[in-house]
Amino acid sequence: MTKTLNHKAWFLVLPVFAVVAFSAVLPLMTVVNYSVQDTFGNNQFFWNGVAWFQDLLDPSTELGGRFFGALWRTLLFSAIILTIEIPLGILVALSMPREGWRVAFCLVLMALPLLIPWNVVGTIWQVFARSDIGLLGWVVNHMGIDYNYTGHSLDAWITIIVMDVWHWTSLVALLCYAGLKSIPDAYYQAARIDGASRWAVFRTIQLPKMRRVLLIAVLLRFMDSFMIYTEPFVLTGGGPGNATTFLSIDLVKLALGQFDLGKAAAMSLVYNLIILVICWIFYTVMTNVDADRERREA
Amino acid sequence: MARISLDHLAHAYKPDPQGPQDYALKEIDHVWEQGGAYALLGPSGCGKTTLLNIISGLVHPTRGRILFDDRDVTDLRTEERNIAQVFQFPVVYDTMTVRENLAFPLKNRNVPSSKIAPRVEEIARLLDLTPVLDRKASNLTADMKQKISLGRGLVRADVAAILFDEPLTVIDPHLKWQLRSTLKEIHRALDITMIYVTHDQTEALTFADKVVVMHDGAVVQTGTPEELFERPAHTFVGHFIGSPGMNILPCRLDGMTAYIGDDPVILQRTYPELASQRQVELGIRPEFVSVQRTGNGLPARLKRIDDIGRTRIARVEMAGRQLAASVPENFSLDGDEVSLIMDPHRIHIYADGHLLPGEPTTGGHQ
Repeated sequence: MTKTLNHKAWFLVLPVFAVVAFSAVLPLMTVVNYSVQDTFGNNQFFWNGVAWFQDLLDPSTELGGRFFGALWRTLLFSAIILTIEIPLGILVALSMPREGWRVAFCLVLMALPLLIPWNVVGTIWQVFARSDIGLLGWVVNHMGIDYNYTGHSLDAWITIIVMDVWHWTSLVALLCYAGLKSIPDAYYQAARIDGASRWAVFRTIQLPKMRRVLLIAVLLRFMDSFMIYTEPFVLTGGGPGNATTFLSIDLVKLALGQFDLGKAAAMSLVYNLIILVICWIFYTVMTNVDADRERREA
Repeated sequence: MARISLDHLAHAYKPDPQGPQDYALKEIDHVWEQGGAYALLGPSGCGKTTLLNIISGLVHPTRGRILFDDRDVTDLRTEERNIAQVFQFPVVYDTMTVRENLAFPLKNRNVPSSKIAPRVEEIARLLDLTPVLDRKASNLTADMKQKISLGRGLVRADVAAILFDEPLTVIDPHLKWQLRSTLKEIHRALDITMIYVTHDQTEALTFADKVVVMHDGAVVQTGTPEELFERPAHTFVGHFIGSPGMNILPCRLDGMTAYIGDDPVILQRTYPELASQRQVELGIRPEFVSVQRTGNGLPARLKRIDDIGRTRIARVEMAGRQLAASVPENFSLDGDEVSLIMDPHRIHIYADGHLLPGEPTTGGHQ
C-alpha cells in the first residue's frame, strides 16, 4: 500500500506551531539568551558563557548559596505540605457523609477556600495573623504565647503552612472523596462479612482504590507548593530576613528587584528543569500504574 | 451449620411505613433447613436482595426476627453472624494474592497462622484454585474471582450458610455451567446451607432442591422445581416459570365447568361459588394444551408456529386471548382454524392470582 500524500495537514499544524513559538519557545529563548550574557545597564550585553550556571550550581558562591538556600526551603515547604495535606485530606474524605443533603453542604463548604484568589488568601491571613489587630494573632498572644510572624522565622513558617493547609487540603479531600465514591458497596459488605476491621478496610479496599487520585493529588500539591509565590509574598514578603524566601520569590527579587537578568535567567532555567524532571517522574509512574492495571485486566 | 428461621420478617426502606405499598419486603415466615440448597427466584426489584442482606445482617429488618437454630441474631452485626455472601460482581482484594484473599477472613478473626495455611490449601483444592494461589487476585478472570469470593466464605469452618446474590451475572455463558456444578459439588461435599438469588429460572431450577419464588416483595410459593411446574400456587409462578409460561385465561366458573368466553371446559374438581368481584382465571401450561386440526376441542385461530429447538409451540388466539400450545408431531397445517385439547388434570383455577384448591369430585354434580 502506498501512503496518500496530503500536504494540507501542514496548514492545520502551522497555527499551533506559530502559537507555541510565540507563547513558549521565543520567550524561553530570550531567557536562554539572557542566561549566557551579563549587562552593566544601558542595554549593553556581554557574552558570559556558562559562568552564571557554574555560580548557580556551586553553593560556595554568593549566587549558588542563595539558590541552594531557596531550593532547600522550597523543598522543605513542599515536603511539609504533602505530609500534612495528603493524610489530612484522606481523613476528611473518609469522614465525609456518603449521601443526603449533607454531602452537598460539605462539598460547597470545602470548595470555598479553593475559590478565593490567591492574593486574597494571603491578605486574609496577613490580617488574621497580625498580633495587634488580627483575631488569630491577638488570641495567641493573649494566651501567653509570643507569636509574631513578621519577627520570628518559625512563626512565619507556621503561618504560611497553616494558610496553605487551610487553602488546599480541600482539594485533596475532594479528589479522595471522588475516589471513595467510586467503590461499589459490595466491597464494604464483603469486608464486613469477612470481619475486616476499620483499618483493614482502609488498607485493603479504600487506599488501593484511591491510589490513582492520590497520585494526582500528590502531583498537584507538590507542583503548587513548589511553585508557591503569591500567598507568602503577600503574607511575609519572604521574610523575616530570608526565612520564607522560596525559589519563586527569590527569582522575582533577583530579576525584578536587582535587575540581575543573567543570574535570574540561569536560575529560572534550572528551576524550570527541576519542575520538568519531577513532572516527568510523576508522569512515568502514573502511566506505569495504568499500564500495570491494563495488563492485569487483560 | 444452622437452621435459619425468618419470623414475621418485613422490611421497608422508608423510615415510617404506612401501608403494604411502603414495604420492599412484605411479611415473611420461612425456615431454611440446615444443608438445603435453596434458590430465591423472582424478577428484578422483587425484594430478593433485600431478603438476602437481612439474613446476612447488612440490612436490619423493620419488623420481625431472624433465628439461627434457636438463637436470635436479628440485632447481631454481620461479622458476628456465621454467614458468607457472594456478590453479583466479584469482590476480591486487589492488592493481595489469592492465598492472602482466602486467608483474610481467618486472619481478621485471629485464627493462628498454623491453622490458616492448611485450611486455605484445602479450600483452594476444592475450588481448583491451587495453581493460582500465589498470583495477584486482580489478575484473574471473573469466574476465578467469583471462586475466590466463594472461597473466602468456605474457608471459615463455622459458616452457617452461604448466600449467593446472582453470582453468575458477569460470568461467560460456557463457564456458568461449570461454576454452577462446582457449587453443587461443594454443597454435596460440605453440607452447607446455600441460598442462591437469581432471576434466571434455569439457574434456580438446576441449582436448587427447593425454590422460593418471590413477587412484589412477597414469597408466592416455595417448592421443588416439579411442584412449581405442576402446581403453581400463583399465576405469577405460572407464567414466570416455564418457557413459554403458563396460559392464563379469564373465565367464569359454574361448579365443575369453566367458561372461557362462551366455551365450556370440563374440570376435574368442583369449585365453590365465588364473590363476583373476584377475578377468576384458568391456568394451563402449554405442554398440556395441544392443537388439533379438527375435533371437538375448543375452537381457536392459529397465528403461527415457533420452532424452539426440541419442540414446536403454536401461538393461537382463542376468545380474544393469546395462548401457547404444544404441537403434536403429526400435525399438519391446513388453514388457521384449529381445535384445542386441554388435559383436564392439568388445569388450575385461580382467584385474584391465587390457586383455588377446589373439591375433588366423587362422581356427579353437587
